[in-house]
Amino acid sequence: MSKHIHSFNPNDPKVAKIADDVLRPVGFNSRFHAWMGFLSIILVACLYAYYIQLKEGLIVTGLRDYVSWGMYIANFVFFVATSLVGMLVTAVLGLIGYEWQKPIARIAELIAVAFAAIAGLVIVMDMGRPERLANVFIHGRVQSPILWDVTVVTTYLVISLLLYLLPLIPDLAISKGRLKNPPQWMYKLYDVFSFNWTHHPEQFNILFKAVRILMILVIPTAFAIHTVTSWLFAVTPRSGWDSTILGPYFLSGAFVAGSAALIIAMFFFRNSYKLKDYIRLSHFDKMGKLLNLTALVYFYFNINEYLVPAYKMKTADAIHLNELFTGHYAALFWTAQILGLIIPMILLLLPKMRKPLPITIIAVFVLLGSWFKRYVIVIPTMAHPYLPQQEVPVEWIVYKPTLIESAVTLGALVLAVMIISVLAKLFPVIPIWEVAEQKEEESK
Amino acid sequence: MSEKNKKRSSEKVNNTPIDSRREFLKRFGLVGAAGAMGTAAIYTGYKFEKKKGKDEYVTVLTDDNKLVKVPKDQVQEVKLDKKALQTRGRIGLERRRFVMVIDLAKCQNARKCISSCQEAHQLRPHEYHINTLKMQDTPNTAPYYMPKPCQHCDNPPCVSVCPVDATFKRQDGIVLIDNQRCIGCRFCMAACPYSARMFHWQEPMLTDEINKKSLQYEELLNKGEGNTSLAQQLKQEITYDVERNTPQKKGTISKCLFSADKLRVGQLPSCVSACPNGVFYFGDENEDAVTNGTSKETVKLSALLKENAGYRLMEELGTKPRIYYLPPKNRLFDLPESESTSQNIHV
Ligand code: SF4
Ligand code: SF4
Repeated sequence: MSKHIHSFNPNDPKVAKIADDVLRPVGFNSRFHAWMGFLSIILVACLYAYYIQLKEGLIVTGLRDYVSWGMYIANFVFFVATSLVGMLVTAVLGLIGYEWQKPIARIAELIAVAFAAIAGLVIVMDMGRPERLANVFIHGRVQSPILWDVTVVTTYLVISLLLYLLPLIPDLAISKGRLKNPPQWMYKLYDVFSFNWTHHPEQFNILFKAVRILMILVIPTAFAIHTVTSWLFAVTPRSGWDSTILGPYFLSGAFVAGSAALIIAMFFFRNSYKLKDYIRLSHFDKMGKLLNLTALVYFYFNINEYLVPAYKMKTADAIHLNELFTGHYAALFWTAQILGLIIPMILLLLPKMRKPLPITIIAVFVLLGSWFKRYVIVIPTMAHPYLPQQEVPVEWIVYKPTLIESAVTLGALVLAVMIISVLAKLFPVIPIWEVAEQKEEESK
Repeated sequence: MSEKNKKRSSEKVNNTPIDSRREFLKRFGLVGAAGAMGTAAIYTGYKFEKKKGKDEYVTVLTDDNKLVKVPKDQVQEVKLDKKALQTRGRIGLERRRFVMVIDLAKCQNARKCISSCQEAHQLRPHEYHINTLKMQDTPNTAPYYMPKPCQHCDNPPCVSVCPVDATFKRQDGIVLIDNQRCIGCRFCMAACPYSARMFHWQEPMLTDEINKKSLQYEELLNKGEGNTSLAQQLKQEITYDVERNTPQKKGTISKCLFSADKLRVGQLPSCVSACPNGVFYFGDENEDAVTNGTSKETVKLSALLKENAGYRLMEELGTKPRIYYLPPKNRLFDLPESESTSQNIHV
């Protein structure tokens, strides 16, 4: 982030052009209402499923005494993982000094905020007694990784929200007069959240400092949130989780999932918001390279995570690995690994594949692969405890997610998409002043 | 409190002139005084001994066998409501270290331990606090039956991970759960390597019955008949007792409790006394004695383990179970049919 803004003129025609382009999709038009209506209908169905679960108990899910953590927990890990992209794009790239990611950084923060917020909800959906959530604060015990998780997820959410909102301040000041027939409340909102911004260099100075501090803070927080999430598993003595590299393994996987999610979002905003001049081909190209780099690191950890125990084949590990490689979970495991990781890695080496459409299709595969990968990390380990499973009905041993469970899981995703949709219609998704500044520098 | 301190403080109390003790009791109340003497377990039904002609004081026998004098007007009978049960349930029995020995040579899979346990804790037939598993360690060794309750680990992973202290370790070695506090996250199940825990995925078996009883009790209360024996009995049945974990609750965990409620009144756990084949020994490590639940014979724990090469399950995990197994040698019954069940059932 450049520190040399001496004067910023919001009425400069160049800025005005950017503002107009970026603000065109802002506002709640009828297409947006139709989209939200559609999402709401799905959400109501999902909420009904959750209501049934509340009433009947978790018996309506496929979970039982052996596989007692299932799809919900896998989904939780997926949500936390995906949210990390905010930190990767804004903070890591930003602090290194890159500039290219600025136009897409806000989209990354949007994903971070929405997914981190819903991750918390997903955990509540999994609880047998959600109404006792307050016990975590009343009776919380620091030695439980759940407490660490609650703490860091909340911290990450707050920092990400600030990283989303602070750079928005100058934009809202620029935009407030330019909105076309905004409803009264929207104008008020812009007015309040622009905090009397006058584009004074001193104000920019403060903003830069604040954002920089947040960028530094968000890195350890993001590392903590996913490392701690991996410890929910790694602290137990079960084969498949009992691994010392689970933290970095999860973290590297998170960047893969998050980068894929960002590419999909970029594609969507570029086309339906008509932002081709801002979310450019070069962004897809660079994101493709970033995705490939993260995938490579993740691949490396995968080799460590599976090859080393497979070499030794200790009894319990052997059962677990056989199930993954050739057993009940083999189809899922290999699909996730090959279609969701290896083939995308190879394809992304080709510049042709880093064009918007092909890379988005690849990203969809990667994102789906990431979800299923979380599934095969959580469930097979639970399905193979140390002692035999006997004298219980078959459905207590073999985990099959139910329709209700899937609906509740889908509900979480719908909620996240809704948050992104609303925020993207409420505020500009491209940072106006940062892009203007970037253009200024380019033309110099 | 160290042993020395404990002694000192109890001496002090014993030597204090009655007046100042009265002051002391006034200030802190009965429970406070009990705490100072290191007998937090004063909740546990104490006995009164009235002295003739000296109505003003009663002598109270505390749980750790100390006689103390307490001014009569200070004495309050501790009502065993849910709270009191929870408090004493968390503390546990002083100076005891409960331990169980399971003799695999004798187990014939009679499954009486299971049914008596399920009855005591209001469980359905496939909801296990204790389950007997058919084991076969290697393809070439003989199969055997293994009753498997919670191992009451001294280094319990389930307790470490619980976010709300709903599952906890007591001083007498027992690991309990408080289903009034459990949030149902099931982290403890994930952490337990012995698959010892169960979850109430649905309404527990007796929920309807308990609800009816609650209504009935309320009716009696409204009619002013709260003190009748029927009402008292109902009250006991509907009040949550953490040492029995009943009534069970939907969306919370349950597991073997070593029948902590029975231990408190000096009885053996349900499974131990239900076994017809003398499989279970139960006792106190501090006394180095365990009693066989069937023959009621008491033997030396250390000798039993030594002579029979006792072992604990999955020693390598460092969980330090409080349950010892005696190997299935010289079996007194026909072997179960040989089949490869040592690992998981493949469906
Ligand atoms: S056997 Fe399982 S439930 Fe019992 S104390 Fe050990 S870890 Fe906890
Ligand atoms: S399920 Fe209950 S007892 Fe188990 S860890 Fe969670 S809160 Fe604790």
